[in-house]
Amino acid sequence: MPKSKSAYSIPTKKQKPDTYIFVVWVDNEAGVLARVVGLFSGRGYNIESLAVAEVDAVKNISRITIVTTGTPQVIDQIRLQLTKLVPVHKVAEFKREDKGVIFKEMALFKVVGKRNKIEKCLNACKKFNPVILDETKTSAVIQITALRREIDKMNKKLKPLGLISTSRTGAVAMTRGAKIFN
Amino acid sequence: MPKLFTGAEIVFKCLEDQKVEHIFGYPGGAVLPIYDELKNHPSIKHILVRHEQGAGHAAEGYARSSGKPGVVLVTSGPGATNVVTALTDAYMDSVPLVCISGQVPTHLIGTDAFQECDTTGITRPCTKHNWLVKDINDLSKVMHEAFRVATTGRPGPVLIDIPKDIQFAKTKYKKPNKEKKLNGKSHNKFSQDQIDELVKLLSKAKKPIIYSGGGVINSGPKASQALREFVELTGFPITSTLQGLGAYPGDDNQFLGMLGMHGTYEANNAMHDCDLLINIGARFDDRITGKIDEFSPNSKKVHIDIDPSSINKIIKVDLAIVGDVTSVISKINKTISKRKNGHNKSNKSNIAKWWEQIEKWREKDSLNFVNSDESIKPQHAVQRLYELTKNKDTYVTTEVGQHQMWAAQHYKFNKPNRWMTSGGLGTMGYGLPAAVGVQIAHPEKLVIDIAGEASVLMTMQEMSTAVQYNLPIKIFILNNQYMGMVRQWQELLHEKNYSESYSEALPDFMKMAEAYGCKGIKADNPSDLDDKIQEMIDYDGPVIFDCHVDPNENCFPMIPSGKPHNQMILGPNDQEDNKIKGKGKALV
Repeated sequence: MPKSKSAYSIPTKKQKPDTYIFVVWVDNEAGVLARVVGLFSGRGYNIESLAVAEVDAVKNISRITIVTTGTPQVIDQIRLQLTKLVPVHKVAEFKREDKGVIFKEMALFKVVGKRNKIEKCLNACKKFNPVILDETKTSAVIQITALRREIDKMNKKLKPLGLISTSRTGAVAMTRGAKIFN
Repeated sequence: MPKLFTGAEIVFKCLEDQKVEHIFGYPGGAVLPIYDELKNHPSIKHILVRHEQGAGHAAEGYARSSGKPGVVLVTSGPGATNVVTALTDAYMDSVPLVCISGQVPTHLIGTDAFQECDTTGITRPCTKHNWLVKDINDLSKVMHEAFRVATTGRPGPVLIDIPKDIQFAKTKYKKPNKEKKLNGKSHNKFSQDQIDELVKLLSKAKKPIIYSGGGVINSGPKASQALREFVELTGFPITSTLQGLGAYPGDDNQFLGMLGMHGTYEANNAMHDCDLLINIGARFDDRITGKIDEFSPNSKKVHIDIDPSSINKIIKVDLAIVGDVTSVISKINKTISKRKNGHNKSNKSNIAKWWEQIEKWREKDSLNFVNSDESIKPQHAVQRLYELTKNKDTYVTTEVGQHQMWAAQHYKFNKPNRWMTSGGLGTMGYGLPAAVGVQIAHPEKLVIDIAGEASVLMTMQEMSTAVQYNLPIKIFILNNQYMGMVRQWQELLHEKNYSESYSEALPDFMKMAEAYGCKGIKADNPSDLDDKIQEMIDYDGPVIFDCHVDPNENCFPMIPSGKPHNQMILGPNDQEDNKIKGKGKALV
C-alpha cells in the first residue's frame, strides 16, 4: 500500500489493497500526461502500467488507461482527484476481477535459437493469439495479446527457449456487450 | 477588419474585462512588453513589491479580504520560482490567485536560455491549472479561462506563462463568454433528499456540534449570514477551524472557540463526545483531527463541501452534501423554518443537557494564563490589542508560529474576511506582505500583522513597499527571540534541546523602522503597553511595533500529536502527567 496522506498521522489499520484499472478521457494537449502522472506521484499513488493515445482526432480526446493498486479509500481519492483536473472529461474505474470488462496487454517477444525452439515458443503462446511479425532462420518476433499475469508467465516460460528481449504495453480496457463507460 | 492587439495589450484588456484594479508584481526581462503597456491602462494600479514571494502573499491578502481574485505579475526564471511559495500557500488555503509570468521567447524554450525555467512544470503541483501560451490566438481565451478556474468551485491559484514573443505578437481580442459550460468542475448538485436527511439528523441529535471552516469564508459574506441563521435556528454549539474564524461571531455564547491542536478545551471535548458532527466547509485537517482512530468516535458525521475530493479523504462521513456553502445552508434553513412547528423547539430542549456539559468544560477556562507585572505575556499583548481595536473594523494577518495561535485564541473576530493567516502551508513570512495586500484593498481600514520576530524577518523587505505606497500597516511583533513554536516542541519532545531555535543576532527593530522610513515603537513593560498600542493605532502610517514578551511562554492548551481530542494538555501544570512518549514524537 502506498504510504501517502499526511506525514503526521499514525498509519492506521491497514486495509487490503486491490488492483484497479482507471480509464481517463482527457484533452489531448501539452502537459496533460504530466498532470495525470504528477498527481499519482505527488500523492503517493502507484502506477503499475500506463497506456495513452489519442482516440478522437476531431474532438482532440486522448484515452489514458492506468493500472494501479490501492485500498477502496485511496481508489476513491484517485478518481475524485483525477476528476478535478481541468483537462479531464471523465473517469471510469474497474476492479481487475470485473467480469464485465476486458483487459488486454500486448507483448513482443524476440526469440533467438534453433527452429525447434522457436516452434516450441509459438506453441507455448498458442492461447494468446500469437502473430509472427518477423522471422529469420535463427530468430522470430512474436506478438501476443493477453492479461498482465499471463504475459509475466510467458516471459518466464520462454526464457529457456531463447527469449532474449521483451517489449510490452500497458493494459487497455473495454467493457463487454453494448454498453459503454459513463 | 477588426483591430489587432499585441499580446501585452490583450493581457490588459482581459484584466480590464475581469474588473481587475490592482496587480502585484516585479518587472524583469521577459515581461517588459507587459510593463511597457501598463501606462495605457489607468484603471489598473500596479503595486511594486520587493520580492516576488511578497507579491504572491500580498495578492493573497488582497483576495482573502476582498473576495476578489488577486493578480500577480512576475518575470521568467527567478521571478517565477520566487512566487512558488505563495502559489503553494494559496493552493493549500484555497485562495483565488491569477499569476501571469513572463517566459523566454518560444524559439528559445528548452535551450536553457537566460532566466529560463520550466515554469508550468514547476508550478503544476501547486496550481489548480496552468497554461503556457504558445499561440497568440489562444491568449484571450486562456486569460478568461484562468479567472474562471481560479474563482469557481473550490478557489485556488492559476498561472499563465506568456513567452516574450507572444507579448509582442498581434491578434484580435475576444471578450469573455458570458455563460460557459463548466466542464463538470463546478459541483453544486445536492438534492432536497440530502437536505431532508440532514434535517432529520438535526432533530434527533442530543449532542450535536457544528464545525465550520474556511469554505464558509470562501463562499462569501452570504454564507456567514446563513451560518448565523442556522446556528440560531438549531441552538447548536459551533466551533471553527483556524481559517473559518470570523464566519461566526467570536464573542457569541454559542461559539466554543477554535478547535484542534491549540483549540479550546470545550471545543475539542465537544468534538470528541458529540453524537452529530456537522462539518461545514472544512477538510478534517490533521491539526484538527488529532488521532484519526479516536476522532469523534460516537458521532454521525455530516460533511458539506464544494470539493468532492475532500469527502471521505481523511474521515469517513455518514452524509456528504457536495455544494456551495451558501446555497446548502440557505436550503437547510428554509427546510427547518418550514417544519418549524414541533420538532425545532423540542430539539432545543433535547440538547439542554449537552449545553450543561459544555458549560462544565468551559469552566476550565482553557485559554487562561498566568499574567505578570514584570514581563509582557504574549497572550496579554494580544488581548490588549483586541480590546483596543475591537471597536474599529480591524483586519488582522499573521505570520506562522506561537503568535499565530495566540492571535487565533485571543483575538475575537465578528465578521468574515477580517482574518488572514497561512494555515495549510504554514508559511512564515506570510503576514507582512499579506497586510500590504489587505491595506491596498481596504485603504481606510486598520490593518494589523500580528507577527513573530523570526517570521517577519523572512519578508521584512516589503516594509519598503508599504512605505512607498503609504500603506499604514501595523506590524505588531511578539518578540520572544525564539522561533517560539519550534522551541515549544523542543521543550516538550526533545528534552529541552533548543537546537538552533534561538536567534542570536536579531536586528534592532526600532532602527530598522527608521531605516525603512516608518515609525518604530518598542514596549517591554506591561504597564505602558496600552499607551504604546494606542500610539500605534493613532499613528497615520506604517508602524513596526517591537513588543518584547516573555521568551519562555508556551502556547496552551494543546493536543499532543498522536493523542485524541479528549487528552489535551491544559497548561504548564498539566504537563507532568501527560508527557508525549514514543510514537507521538515522530508525528510533529
